[in-house]
Amino acid sequence: MAGKTLYDKLWDAHLVTEREDGSALIYIDRQIIHEVTSPQAFEGLRLAGRKPWRTGASVATIDHNVPTTPFKSAAEIVDETSRIQVQTLQDNTKEFGITEFGIGDVRQGIVHVMAPEQGAVVPGMTVVCGDSHTSTNGALACLAHGIGTSEVEHVLATQTLVAKKMNNMRVSVEGELGPGVTAKDVVLHIIGIIGTAGGTGYALEFAGSAIRSLSMEGRMTICNMSIEAGARAGMVAVDDVTIDYVKGRPFAPSGADWDKAVEYWRTLVSDADAQFDQDITIDAADIKPQVSWGTSPEMVVPVDANLPDPAAESDEVKRSGMTRAYAYMGLKPGMPVTDIKVDRVFIGSCTNSRIEDLRAAAEVARGRKKSASVKQVLVVPGSGLVKRQAEQEGLDKIFIEAGFEWREPGCSMCLAMNPDRLEAGEHCASTSNRNFEGRQGNGGRTHLVSPAMAAAAAVAGHFVDIRELDRA
Amino acid sequence: MEKFIRQEGLVAPLDRANVDTDQIIPKQFLKSIKRTGFGPNLFDEWRYLDEGFPGQDSSQRPKNEDFVLNQARYQGASILLTRRNFGCGSSREHAPWALMDFGFKAIIAPSFADIFYNNCFKNGLLPIVLSEDNVEALFRAVEGKEGFRITIDLEQQQVIPENGEPLPFEIDEFRKHCLLNGLDEIGLTLNEADTIRAYEARRAEREPWIFQ
Repeated sequence: MAGKTLYDKLWDAHLVTEREDGSALIYIDRQIIHEVTSPQAFEGLRLAGRKPWRTGASVATIDHNVPTTPFKSAAEIVDETSRIQVQTLQDNTKEFGITEFGIGDVRQGIVHVMAPEQGAVVPGMTVVCGDSHTSTNGALACLAHGIGTSEVEHVLATQTLVAKKMNNMRVSVEGELGPGVTAKDVVLHIIGIIGTAGGTGYALEFAGSAIRSLSMEGRMTICNMSIEAGARAGMVAVDDVTIDYVKGRPFAPSGADWDKAVEYWRTLVSDADAQFDQDITIDAADIKPQVSWGTSPEMVVPVDANLPDPAAESDEVKRSGMTRAYAYMGLKPGMPVTDIKVDRVFIGSCTNSRIEDLRAAAEVARGRKKSASVKQVLVVPGSGLVKRQAEQEGLDKIFIEAGFEWREPGCSMCLAMNPDRLEAGEHCASTSNRNFEGRQGNGGRTHLVSPAMAAAAAVAGHFVDIRELDRA
Repeated sequence: MEKFIRQEGLVAPLDRANVDTDQIIPKQFLKSIKRTGFGPNLFDEWRYLDEGFPGQDSSQRPKNEDFVLNQARYQGASILLTRRNFGCGSSREHAPWALMDFGFKAIIAPSFADIFYNNCFKNGLLPIVLSEDNVEALFRAVEGKEGFRITIDLEQQQVIPENGEPLPFEIDEFRKHCLLNGLDEIGLTLNEADTIRAYEARRAEREPWIFQ
């Protein structure tokens, strides 16, 4: 019998029952809750007279539409509908006895930054949240994926999900990453290769020496964007980096449990003879700093390239998508990426708002100034704890001296539900995950890049190859 | 949940691939704490010439007359025909809520994004996967005849185009069962509460830290 993949092991360990029709119930260890996709789920519980199955399994915080300027209570949120959602989450978590890191709590932050940071996510868990970037948590060798609001309610009420097993795909990145090439560039490069639907129906495992060489922060960045390749879940096997990261975090096991846990966690790797339905290997040396040019994350090119010509695309559906994207983005095929001017820069989001990301951006910003042609550079830490750490390291001062704005934690301009947003026609160098039409503001034009590339664009006023920054 | 057995209706063609959930229902409308009322803001950035915000009277807004759902011939459509990877992006269930609130009962495409596909079933909206060739043929048929209608027979798992051969489609047995009977999935799962408790007891033995 062939060995098991990491995903097979996680699936088997959480299988509650299989039904005759092929569907299965899987147990959910951790549910992360935020203000946007939960109100209707709590309302559903109330209407049906149901209680949460296990309140300790859930942890909540506010992130999607909180302002990134300081505020002390829900009443200070100017936007009425945002205020109602923040208040509703407070009321619901109180009513149902669920832990919430709310306004003024240093642990408050973006769901997928807060949960691993607290040790609320540990290896071997199933993790769900009403947010597609829940895949981030797979970096800790978890089966982690986004769910809809009906499923949020289902998990609250039953601690299980009705699921069907996915297929296995492994993406191995082998070799050493070049200078200036980060986890973000790796995942954008992967999406450029397998496409935005290439992972649909698969659980993705990221493997290979280049992945193993990354910190947990870097691995989270990669797993985060699994969904941009169509895969609900992405994951990385357990190694010393994983275990060192989890140790000592508030929710993590301790004492005798810790030793028992580590012993089990060490088994959370794909067996050497495991079979994958798809197995892709990428040479790390082929990966350059990336910039997305269009309105789908697969529309991405290396920073030293020229924009692609739709006429060269043989697939008719793709060709018309490219043509539409050029019209929306106001760009022309053949132009060099480095000629694209940026109006605003956003450094943050569940993809790139951890301490390592802020350090990379600060490294570029240090001693430099924002270009006069750039209207605004927002730096939004992923959580209160990331913010505090950055301030202890003096990163906030570096940003402020460079003319960047240092903000409070939240999702911010990644999806522009709060006041941080693009104006129509503006180009943004953004460390977020989606370049969809209107994502960062009606008519806004998003270019996905790494934190260092975003900071470099802020300084130059246009995209620059981070590897040649001093010459730009 | 309402039962889905058979649906006959007008087809609206949305000739785009990779339609993402930000497009289906833009973020400013996710601030509602209800499941209803999203229909007027379905495809908001494509349907209207101005920028929409929650609570406004959308009937008074300037419409983009070129957008397919604004064309007279597609008024009252209940079946959406579209291209590959429909519903990609965010997990927002507001996307199927908006499609249903607008009046759609089924969506036909060559492929769907996983989370969106799953969310549809929880709300009685039927996503149907047909081959690229069959979808292309349906696009031509819709374009060729004003008022083109389709019947969807879930029991038989068939899409029956007006004056055309039935096209079979695949659907998971459990999902079909729930749709045909309009079942509440939480109620069904809670019938297995003892099995869930027994599982928890086994897990707590092996991984006690999960339950602390």
